[in-house]
Amino acid sequence: MTATVRIQSEPFDAAAEAKKLTGGRTDVGALVTFTGICRGNEGSEPIAALTLEYYPGMAEAEIERHVCDAMERWPLLGVTVIHRHGRIVPGDDIMMVATASSHRDAAFAAAEFLMDYLKTRAPFWKQIEKADGKVWIEAKATDDAAAGRWAAQGKHEAAE
Amino acid sequence: MKLRYFAWVRERVGKAEEDVEVPGGVATVGDLMTWLASRGEEYAYAFENPKIIRAAIDKTHVKAHAPITTASEIAFFPPMTGG
Repeated sequence: MTATVRIQSEPFDAAAEAKKLTGGRTDVGALVTFTGICRGNEGSEPIAALTLEYYPGMAEAEIERHVCDAMERWPLLGVTVIHRHGRIVPGDDIMMVATASSHRDAAFAAAEFLMDYLKTRAPFWKQIEKADGKVWIEAKATDDAAAGRWAAQGKHEAAE
Repeated sequence: MKLRYFAWVRERVGKAEEDVEVPGGVATVGDLMTWLASRGEEYAYAFENPKIIRAAIDKTHVKAHAPITTASEIAFFPPMTGG
């Protein structure tokens, strides 16, 4: 089991990071990767860039806690979570989650679980640059609902 | 204790962090927000709607009723929008 959590301003190579979870081993039968990418528009308005602020120390701790939680819930063989901070332009990657397991169910579920919690519990805030100024993005109620559904699920029920 | 502010809470307060002496009687995170709101226009603006502001004590999420007696660092911030 390998777990990697990184917060950085530099770009990352999602394909290379995912490959690290499967390279040199033959027990991984499923690899799920999710990459969040900066869109060039917010609603109908074009944006120049977004800037991510975060709470150093707490962001790492929150993500690590949820990675541990995911490892308890599902039989995972590897997890990688990378999240960038600072200014990011449209088309560039913001963050990634990769989960490796013997079978697809655990890999899919764990990746979704980590994404849902990351959006609502990891202390990051997005500000977008539009033609008329900078605006903080508002949290979505649908993200809270997505994270809430995991709390209702027992660990054994969620396994396999 | 040390207070830290993030995103628009930081912008409204006008600083990222500060050390404060909290008066007696300010026992919870909610009390602390009420006291902060009384410290000036910028604080009143930042904490005008305390229900939507999230808090963390020593880098762990807490609710408004959490006691602050043993806290060394308390952070206030809007709902999170990472991912």
